Parts: sequence; structure tokens; C-alpha cells
Amino acid sequence: MLAGDAGRGTAFAMRLVVRAAEVLGADRLIPISRAHVDACLYHGQATLDFAARLAEGGTRVAVPTSLNVGLVDLLHPELWHGAPQEADPGRRLMEAYRALGCRPTFTCAPYQVVEARPAFGEQVAWAESNAIVFCNSVIGARTNRYGDFIDVACAVAGRVPDAGLHRTDARRGRLLLRLGPDVPAALPHEDSFYPVLGIVLGRRAGPTIAVLDGLPPGLSEDRLKALGAAAASSGSVALFHAVGSTPEASSLKAAMGPGPPEAMETIVFAELRAAWAELTNAGEALPLRAVSIGTPHASLAEIEALAVLLGSSRPAAGVELLVSTGRDVLERSEERGLAARLRRAGVEILVDTCSYIAPVLRPGAGAVMTDSAKWAYYAPGNIGADVVFGSTAECVASAVAGRVVRLRSAWDAA
Amino acid sequence: MSSQPTTLRGRVLAPGEAAGAALILQEPLSLWGGMDPANGRLIDAHHPQHDTLIAGRVLVMASARGSSSSSSVLAEAVRAGTAPAAILLGEAELILAIGAAVAEELYGRQVPILQVPEEQLAAIVDGAQVLIGEEGMVTITKPEG
Repeated sequence: MLAGDAGRGTAFAMRLVVRAAEVLGADRLIPISRAHVDACLYHGQATLDFAARLAEGGTRVAVPTSLNVGLVDLLHPELWHGAPQEADPGRRLMEAYRALGCRPTFTCAPYQVVEARPAFGEQVAWAESNAIVFCNSVIGARTNRYGDFIDVACAVAGRVPDAGLHRTDARRGRLLLRLGPDVPAALPHEDSFYPVLGIVLGRRAGPTIAVLDGLPPGLSEDRLKALGAAAASSGSVALFHAVGSTPEASSLKAAMGPGPPEAMETIVFAELRAAWAELTNAGEALPLRAVSIGTPHASLAEIEALAVLLGSSRPAAGVELLVSTGRDVLERSEERGLAARLRRAGVEILVDTCSYIAPVLRPGAGAVMTDSAKWAYYAPGNIGADVVFGSTAECVASAVAGRVVRLRSAWDAA
Repeated sequence: MSSQPTTLRGRVLAPGEAAGAALILQEPLSLWGGMDPANGRLIDAHHPQHDTLIAGRVLVMASARGSSSSSSVLAEAVRAGTAPAAILLGEAELILAIGAAVAEELYGRQVPILQVPEEQLAAIVDGAQVLIGEEGMVTITKPEG
């Protein structure tokens, strides 16, 4: 493979995997059963140049491979508000990865796609920071923090370096995190707690594997998704354990191994409250121009919740209410009549991309409200958005009212 | 008078030789969402060094952070001529190393990336002249004054 008898692009992929093994200090490669590739998102000419070089000699992926978001919503091109020619390279790159044999899932939440989701213990090569942390933490499948290029290189090679989180010994928790006694008891029962806790987790833990103890057991996948996505935004978190919720943390001992934890820290309410407040960078008196939910891509349960929250209401005139999801979840929403119901209520449904990487929000002045800490974290830098962070219920109420609405919550506790 | 240069040897994550002024990052940075390859500036609004010019500097950071798209951003910055001259890290960082490897393959230009023991990394001061030679040899000259 390395010598190029399988094709020039395949040999290039293999060279990258070998380089990765050197960087990670691995002395062998192990087979993987699937891959999730982020390299299909356009970041300039270099990303097209790479795809062209990789494809030389008729390269194909060796394992079932899902694709992350691209630049363009291929199913709803009318949502693109940028210059039309700026969409072309993004579209070409998405097509280039499909041509390598990847499945055109175009979602940052491949764990919500039945055919793409690994089982507990599976060795995979996943990219996209939120998908990586979900894969390791919530599913218990095993991936390192693969990035663009190495993700598809591993998919072509069908192998990864035997290092890091692929190995059982590296998955044990090292930092024990507990909530302080001053954290309102009601807070962990609110959805908006989890993205905020994720921001704090990322800052506290960085690349260290943390164990969260004392949260309500049996946390939903959507709460764990929000937690992990935020943690992977504020820190290099690839795996966390939540005792009583994640599969490698049936107990504190299971998550941390025998003996006392290497480090133990408490998260107090003031830190959470400050992290919550920092996610809003806009004045709440600004006019509201849009509400963006579904980052990472909304699950079927989240789409259903949105429909329920909206009820028979519609977004106010001049306020765009947009939900991002994967085309696979959209299809399931269509089957249940949910998508049609949302569209009738004036909701825009975006797939294949995300509203903070592509010019899909209607241009205009004013704040954008979101229930996603990841969106709140990246949108100011990426698209210059003025952001207000709130719960999903606050987002919907605000969209309907046409201004930022705050509901009573455990964040009010002083 | 500038002080005596210090030398150290880093572990090579991406090969190459380079020279530039050290830019010490006070917090970890994800290049994706953190650097604009069009102008080489730090664009992460949450970062204390927001709007600092990264292009041509020797980036010094204890750890990288965040997105898996940082490989692409580094490769694109190399293509556009806005990449840092080199990167010194406290840990073995795969995402940046692969970005450099791909840029070298596509454009024949190297951005050396070295892993440096943390105490030696912490001793480098902002603005120091950093020379990266063969096999991870690093020479650091403190700025005058």
C-alpha cells in the first residue's frame, strides 16, 4: 500500500497514517470497522487540492464511511444567501468525498444515523470534535481525536495507529469533578445546564479524562450530546465519563479504576453562572433577527420538542427560526409529519451544513439566539454574530415574541 | 545586549527548519474558528490575544484545543502564505502535525512542529528569536531590553 501499488492516492493516505503512528508513538496499526470524515467541509483551496491528490489512481475508502457537514445544503440550495459562486467549491468538495465511496450523510451527528453508528467497543476513526466525544463517551466505541485529512486517510487505509483512546488503559478517568453544594438542586434538571457544564468541563479538564459524579443518572443522549459538544469546544475533550449515564461509568470505580482519583475538583455555581453569562455576547435589548437551534444537528427527539414548544405559534415577523439537522433525521421527521408541521409554522430546516459555517441566516442586523453552547462559542468569530444563549424554550418564546425572552429558571438563583 | 542563547531539542512532529519571533499563547487555541487563513490573525473572540498576527511567528502553546478542522486551516494558511513559521507544543498534537504533513506534500513548504518538555516551553518569552534547525534543534535568543 505504502509503495503505491494500490494507487498514488492510497499510498499518500498510508503515508499519513504512518506519520500519525509516529506522532502518537504507536508501534503498530489496528483495523477499524468504520470512519467519519470531516475533511469534506471546504476551508479554502488547500482542501480541494488535498481531495484531488488523494483521489489519484481511483482511491476508495476501505470501510463504511460517513461524512460530516459540508459548506452547502445540497437539498435546500435556496437557503444560501452568499454569492452563488462561493458555494461552488464547497459543493465540489462534498462531491469529491462522495466519489471516494463515502456515504453522503453530511451530518456532524453521525451517531444519530442508524447505519453509521458504531456499537460499544468498536474501533473506529471519527473526526468532528463533538462526534468524537459522543462516540467515546456516550457509545463507548473507540476513536482518537482525528482531524481533517487523517480521518479519510484512515478510512482509505482501513487502519489506525494503536494508540491513545483505542487502548483500554488510556480510557480511565483521571480527574474527578463534582458539583458544589451551592449548585441549585433544580439546575441539573434543566436542559440548558448541560451545554454550560460542558464549557466548564472543557476548561477544567482540557485533554485530561474527567469523571462527572453526582449528576442525575440515565441522562438522555441529547443532554450528553450538548455537554460533549461544548466540552470539545472549550477544551480538547475526547472522552468523559458521567457516572450512572455513560457505558464505561456504571460506577465511580468503573470509571476511575481502583485507588483514589489522581485529582478531585468541585464546580461551584458561580463558575457555572459565569460560563452561562459568557455565552451571551450581545445586549439582550438588541432586536432579535434569528434563532438558530440544532448544533450539533438536532435529533428526532429535539425536532419533536421544537414542534411541541412552538405549538400553534409562529416566529414573529422579521425573525428567522432555523433548525439544523442531518438529512437522515429530516427524512424520519418527514415520515412522522413533523417536518411539514414545522415548515407550516414558518420554521426553516437546514441540512448538510451548519448556520455558523455557511451564509444561511438571512442577512440583517440584530442578535441571534441559540440553545447551543457550541454555536454561541464559535459564531462570533466565524460569522460575526451577536449571540444570546438561552434554553430551547427561551429560544422558541423569543422567536415568537420577536425579542429576547427570559423564562424563570434555576440560573436565576443568586 | 541580548543574553546568551539557550538551546533545546524538541521531538519532531513535523519536520523542517524555520526562524521567527516567539508568540506565547496565553490560552490554548483551535486554529479552526481561531485563525483566519486569509490574513493570518487570531480571530477567536474568547481568546485573550484576539486579533494578534500569527503569520510568520513561532507559535508556542502548552496544548492545542478544539476542532478537528484545524488541519485544514493550517494547510490552507501554508498555501496562502499566512501560516506560523513553526509551532512549539507541550504535547504530541496529531491534528496540527497532519496539517503540516499535507501542506508539505501539496505545496513543498514545511512548518516544523515540535513537542517540547513543558518546563522548557514555559521558559520561552514572548518575542524571543527562535531558530529551528535540523532534527528538532531549537535555539532561543531573548529579546533585548
